[in-house]
Amino acid sequence: MTGWLDALIQGVLLGGLYALLAAGLSLMFGVMRLVNLAHGDLIVLAAFAILVLAGKLGLDPFVAVLVALPILFVVGFALQHVLLNRTLGRDLLPPLLVTFGLSIIIENGLLQLFSADSQRLRSGAIETASIPLGGGIAVGVVPLLTLLSAISMIVLLNLIFYRTPIGRAFRATSDDLEVAQLMGVDHRRIFAVAMGLAFVVITIAALYLGLRANFDPTIGPARLLYAFEAVIIGGLGSFWGTLAGGIVLGLAQTIGARIDPEWQILAGHLAFLAVLVIRPRGLFPRAQD
Amino acid sequence: MDETASRPAQTFRIKTAGRTSHVAVVAAIAILLVLTLLPVFASRTLIQDMIFLFYMLALAQCWNLLAGYAGLISVGQQAFVGLGGYLLFALTLVGGLNPLLAIPIAGVIAALFALPTALVVFRLRGAYFAIGTWVVAEVYRLGFAQVKPLGGGTGTSLTPAVTSSVSGIEWVRMLLDVRTPAARDIISYWVALALMAGTLAAVYLILRSRRGLALGAIRDHETAAASVGVDIYRIRFAVYVATAAMTGMIGALVYLQKARISPDAAFAVLDWTAYVIFIVIIGGIGTMEGPVIGAIIFYLMQRYLADFGAWYLILLGVLGILVMLFAPRGLWGHVAERYGLTLFPTRRRLVVDG
Repeated sequence: MTGWLDALIQGVLLGGLYALLAAGLSLMFGVMRLVNLAHGDLIVLAAFAILVLAGKLGLDPFVAVLVALPILFVVGFALQHVLLNRTLGRDLLPPLLVTFGLSIIIENGLLQLFSADSQRLRSGAIETASIPLGGGIAVGVVPLLTLLSAISMIVLLNLIFYRTPIGRAFRATSDDLEVAQLMGVDHRRIFAVAMGLAFVVITIAALYLGLRANFDPTIGPARLLYAFEAVIIGGLGSFWGTLAGGIVLGLAQTIGARIDPEWQILAGHLAFLAVLVIRPRGLFPRAQD
Repeated sequence: MDETASRPAQTFRIKTAGRTSHVAVVAAIAILLVLTLLPVFASRTLIQDMIFLFYMLALAQCWNLLAGYAGLISVGQQAFVGLGGYLLFALTLVGGLNPLLAIPIAGVIAALFALPTALVVFRLRGAYFAIGTWVVAEVYRLGFAQVKPLGGGTGTSLTPAVTSSVSGIEWVRMLLDVRTPAARDIISYWVALALMAGTLAAVYLILRSRRGLALGAIRDHETAAASVGVDIYRIRFAVYVATAAMTGMIGALVYLQKARISPDAAFAVLDWTAYVIFIVIIGGIGTMEGPVIGAIIFYLMQRYLADFGAWYLILLGVLGILVMLFAPRGLWGHVAERYGLTLFPTRRRLVVDG
């Protein structure tokens, strides 16, 4: 019994990580209708950026991430402005294939620079610290921080989207691009800012990804799939839905792993497909597309 | 006064084949003949290279039909390559079937798998469909990793008893005076040639049929196609299942030739989808000629640049992005536009006489 309760708690905590991985993707879907196949590789890229900054400057990853954030905001802004804005339009193919190409470039670029060795972000005692809950169940401090960061991130994103002028512009371009342009919104700049913001989310996700487990340049595509599943399970267009989707995925994986360790990933995918069959628009849908 | 009488009489015809395409038919027959006889004088390395070229071309033609015509951008076709490969292993190692018979059966079973798969992934539209197909391919990979009789996560090899049971080996060995492994390659070569030519013929016939007209309409404008009565869902479903069958047969051939299978290799997104997309994009999506040119370019790059490893893949990524941004119709698209060439006449043009 304790084992199952433990699996449930760990599943929710794992869901926090998946919600963080998915929040950036959800933002890109939401604002520019961009389906970014390089999302997982961008998270891995950000994790390597934190690793290098922490190593070179001798900083703790939690401090290094503060240095990484503005740099990656600029990288995201530039990526959208220079490359991805060119791909947007009625045709589906260009954004999909350009981001697919980007995914291959990032993965192999990282392999060339850092080799296929596993890496990890090191932050001393906090990595292994845990809080006992009694009854033989304990929660790790880092997983708990991950979930809390995911929740704060979603509160923050909702505040930006619904309480600020730039958020209004995000929603306007998302609802009707042409009308927004008529009202004087420069959608190219809005999209670039949104991508910069998405990169901030990606960098926070990368911090916890690197603290919780080993990473190497090839793990990107799997993270893309988890993030995508969380977004679709939750329903497009809602950040809280994405959090719920992440938790559903986390629970499915830990429960699957509890039955047979080899089933962890498969159970997550099957839960996603089951949601697709039963509720094709996700659990908490908002957007039409 | 009668309005119509004052106008000169006009008649309309639908024209498909042009002069270049008649020449192309003759050329295609000649090329097919030369390729069939190639093993008589070609080296074993060349034969092996040609097998690779043929199956990549056939895969590209399938993906082009899916993405270029039906608008189904899949990044999960590795699901059916791997499935075909595993079915070949299951049918020969466990079922004791002759490998050459196992290839078409693998295609049929792949189509049966595609039916429920389509029901699930078709709930996702457009770009979401793309990632959905990828998830399905991962489910197939993780599923086959659980099948212990086929080696589980580490995979398995075809036994010599199976590889030597390919029919015709003795005959080729006697006829062309080669060793058994070379004879095996030659049989695989002929199968690959037949599959490649068969895929080209199948895609061509589909595009020339009534359904093909509907597919072209979907490619050009989905809403307009629906408004003139094209049942988009049904035709997409049919294309998805048909390409799964073809892809499954190609997968079976690939793994008969490789004689060793593992889940990670058989369901690799890079080998069976990324390369294939690169071929179609470079050559020209939405044309039948494009994948042919793309496959030849890809084969040459693979042969001369693959040793550069990660740099080679980065180059492929950069080239793919540049073509997508600056020449989205690919090499053939530009050639065809400039010179009005068509080798596979799948387009219908309205000709006004008088």
